[in-house]
Amino acid sequence: MSGSESLKQTPSQTVGPYFAYGLTAVQYGYPHDSIATSDVADPLVPGEHVEIVGQVFDGAGDLIPDAMIEIWQADSEGRYAHPADPRGSNQLFRGFGRCGTGRLPESRFVFRTVKPGSVDGEQAPHINVIVFMRGMLSHAYTRIYFPDEAEANSRDPVLNSVPEVRRATLIAKRKDTPAVPLYRFDIHMQGDQETVFFDV
Amino acid sequence: MPTEALGARDWGSHPPYVYPDYKSTSLRGPKRPLIPLKQSLSELTGPVYGHESVGPLDSDLTKNAAKNGEPLGERIIVTGRVLDEAGRPVRNTLIEVWQANAAGRYIHKVDQHEAPLDANFLGAGRCVTDEHGSYRFLTVKPGSYPWGNHYNAWRPNHIHFSLFGPTLATRLVTQMYFPGDPLLALDPIFLSAPEGARERLISDFSIYVTEPGFALGYIFDIVLRGPAETPMETPR
Repeated sequence: MSGSESLKQTPSQTVGPYFAYGLTAVQYGYPHDSIATSDVADPLVPGEHVEIVGQVFDGAGDLIPDAMIEIWQADSEGRYAHPADPRGSNQLFRGFGRCGTGRLPESRFVFRTVKPGSVDGEQAPHINVIVFMRGMLSHAYTRIYFPDEAEANSRDPVLNSVPEVRRATLIAKRKDTPAVPLYRFDIHMQGDQETVFFDV
Repeated sequence: MPTEALGARDWGSHPPYVYPDYKSTSLRGPKRPLIPLKQSLSELTGPVYGHESVGPLDSDLTKNAAKNGEPLGERIIVTGRVLDEAGRPVRNTLIEVWQANAAGRYIHKVDQHEAPLDANFLGAGRCVTDEHGSYRFLTVKPGSYPWGNHYNAWRPNHIHFSLFGPTLATRLVTQMYFPGDPLLALDPIFLSAPEGARERLISDFSIYVTEPGFALGYIFDIVLRGPAETPMETPR
């Protein structure tokens, strides 16, 4: 392949049922390290520390115990740890997490992180999500928005591009706990409550 | 690095979410149309894992889990380049791989296939592409294994690949297959990729990559989403 050709994308394939020792080895207790886990923000990272918890449901309403969820988010000041973001993120914060649904009770996923700031002043604070699982041949993108950002959410161009009746699938539910605020975000692959997935 | 708009995910190259021959897609693939999203910094950034994130043995699956010897099986080299649609190398990007052992058994606890585990083989590795977008793994050829999708279903030999590319939008998880595998024509996962595209999932045997007296060589090039505009003048 040379530099002047127009090449075609390599097709996606399912992550399959056996990804855990390759992609989430630490979480599942395999003898291999992991590039990312549920712990997205070290305690020293500035910002409001929160937990994101959820479950993934199939079209029959059953829990999916072999999905892998990835999140990518800005820091508490809305900066991404990536060279395309010239503002430069907090050095302690990479902003990427990965969690399989096969280890916690009731097939939950969890992320311990900080609440992101608004990236550009235009978009409301949000966390980018990628969903993988056996039985999914191409991954799916969605976003987590925060219920305590009603004003920013009402102006968010992405939320506003979603039919109003489906917007709620993108907004987490907040529950205050003695430890940290907990945001609940369930993912429904199909059905009446099917989560909004984006063509990114 | 300037923020460059990315071209669309090419749905003519990727499998559909629901593909009835692969039964578990029927309850798991989203059914409503995807909602178009205008790319912002959220999609045009992504996790950065460079050379500091891999160790020297990470790309050698014949050694990275060895306890008292070498894993059993046919030693192979898997190498190739990661490019974007404009043919430019995707440099310094992380590749994670996982696979069954030579007997067709995954170390994963859910795998109940009655084939032996190999004490010297985990089946997971990673590496980061170089300045030319090139990568290289040393491993053993994975075996086929049965699965429950339909009567007498067997997966063709394959290696799982996970790639980030430069942004969240270039993320790709795929599988590499081997040339001449008779199971390809029967495998709904391989066949789920559109005709004309699925062939890109099959590696090429290469006598030039093959090392004399040591290991057979396979080439698997991977193309990730590229820029929205072709960065050079190409007559059409």
